[in-house]
Amino acid sequence: MVTVMEPPQTVRPQTPPEPLGPAANQTEKLQVMIDVSEVDFSYGDNKVLHNISLQMPARAVTAFIGPSGCGKTTLLRCINRMNDLVDGSGIRNGAIHVDGVDINSPGLDVVDLRRRVGMVFQKSNPFPKSIYENIAYGLRVAGVKKRSRIDEAVEKSLRSAALWDEVKDRLETNAYGLSGGQQQRLCIARALAVGPEVVLMDEPCSALDPIATAKIEELIQALKTQYTIVIVTHNMQQAGRVSDFTAFFYLGKLIEFGPTVKIFTNPGEKQTEDYITGRFG
Amino acid sequence: MFWTFRLATYFVLACATYIFLDIAIKGSRTLFTNHAPFINVKFLTEPPQTLYVFDYQGKKMELSDREFRKWQETHTEHVDATSIAYSAGGIFPCIVGTALLVIGSMIVALVIGISAAIYLSEYSRDTHFIRFVRVAILNLAGVPSIVFGLFGFGLFVIFFGWNVSLIAGWFTLGLMILPAIITASEESLRAVPKGLREGSLALGATSWQTIRKNVLPYAVPGILTSSILGIARVAGETAPIMFTAAYAMRDEMPWQVTKWTDFFFQGVMALPYHIYVVSSKIPQNEYTERVQYGTAFVFLVVVMLIALASIVLRERQRRRLSW
Repeated sequence: MVTVMEPPQTVRPQTPPEPLGPAANQTEKLQVMIDVSEVDFSYGDNKVLHNISLQMPARAVTAFIGPSGCGKTTLLRCINRMNDLVDGSGIRNGAIHVDGVDINSPGLDVVDLRRRVGMVFQKSNPFPKSIYENIAYGLRVAGVKKRSRIDEAVEKSLRSAALWDEVKDRLETNAYGLSGGQQQRLCIARALAVGPEVVLMDEPCSALDPIATAKIEELIQALKTQYTIVIVTHNMQQAGRVSDFTAFFYLGKLIEFGPTVKIFTNPGEKQTEDYITGRFG
Repeated sequence: MFWTFRLATYFVLACATYIFLDIAIKGSRTLFTNHAPFINVKFLTEPPQTLYVFDYQGKKMELSDREFRKWQETHTEHVDATSIAYSAGGIFPCIVGTALLVIGSMIVALVIGISAAIYLSEYSRDTHFIRFVRVAILNLAGVPSIVFGLFGFGLFVIFFGWNVSLIAGWFTLGLMILPAIITASEESLRAVPKGLREGSLALGATSWQTIRKNVLPYAVPGILTSSILGIARVAGETAPIMFTAAYAMRDEMPWQVTKWTDFFFQGVMALPYHIYVVSSKIPQNEYTERVQYGTAFVFLVVVMLIALASIVLRERQRRRLSW
């Protein structure tokens, strides 16, 4: 247990908070990858996010925690504009910048944004194709035709997702033959194949057993050296294990954002403390 | 009460069996022969001809139009022959005509229907206008086929000046089954899990790439299932084609055209219309009955074969998919 003696962090830090715990040896100032500033979001007339501001550092894991319906998944889906698919919804105020680019500016290429900001869904959703074709899909839609380049990317991303050794002999079989945990790692591999900078994960372990969950968590730890990872989770122990920073949401508001160790050991807000200690949620 | 329901079910079954067996038994008398090759090849490969029946030297002669003329060249005596229309020869042009009508109208209906279904299920937003469009499509399904026939006659045959032609028949029949195809295709598209669309979009695919590679292929088995019913209806309806595409009698086969464009603008014979003609437009006797039952039997077999082909196609598609 790390004891933190400094006064509680402000609710909306203007610079990324200094990392503690897992990332404590990093001394240089962290580069901001995703900058959410004063975002209001509504589904129709139903406002679900209220004035959210937080800055997620590059090559680190940020976890969103909070009770169901608190808006954490909505915010996650704003970052690669998946909410465009929902009729009548949208950001009403504020802006989100990814690597300095306003992702809601009118001239922005959404396809390019989604290539740079990959996503892994709560329910693993491999395509009903072969394992190989699942990984190759993102490259094919991007217009890559060269077989050797696709082969290379398939192997590389399967290795990154720690799945290569398990599936290398059956790349041509249907992805639905894989176990639940393997399917989810396939989805991670598929997201990595297009070369994103950010990977968004929406409760990636919610349907998995503890062993498969442990593998994914291990994978997240390995991936954060290269990718900026944002993970939504219901599992507080998981947030504590995998993340460097934690944001706590409640009823569409960001209650607290800071280094994970601090949030879990010395939360600045009463609500955060109540949630983490299991008094509600 | 139990027995009422049970008897009602058996009654339906009995009626269907009776009709089917009646056609099959009487039709097989025309279609099959008791000597090799056991199938009445003439019936399946020749155009219809007029039958001449007469007594000659105590023997009853049954000759088709051409045979009768040849016979007259070699025999000088006058005979009192009864002529019965369409009762000699075969029904080959009707089989070809029906096949062409089915293929063409299914292409028309699937192209327009799937496009409309893609628009409704993937692109359109849930506005009042779109709801109105859906209601309109459902109502279109309830329009009697003779109304489609008259509509096709007014629009394609007269206004577009296509005359009685294959292409006018294709569009009339295609429009007739369009509501069924749109509704079923839309349902098949909606049955594709949302996760596949999101997964594809999240990998940087455009919405058209997503639909083409990751939604439509999985909806194809469902679309084909609905098309099977469409095929049976297209092949079976008489009313829409009697003004727009069908000839009672035509000697040339559809491929005997001088210009290739003429192919689309020629009328054809068709099985259901042929049944209608031989059973209501000419005096009835034992000879016409043979043609009627023979044609009806062949018609059933043709529809069954086309349906079977699409079922096989669907199963092959379906085996590749599962989620």
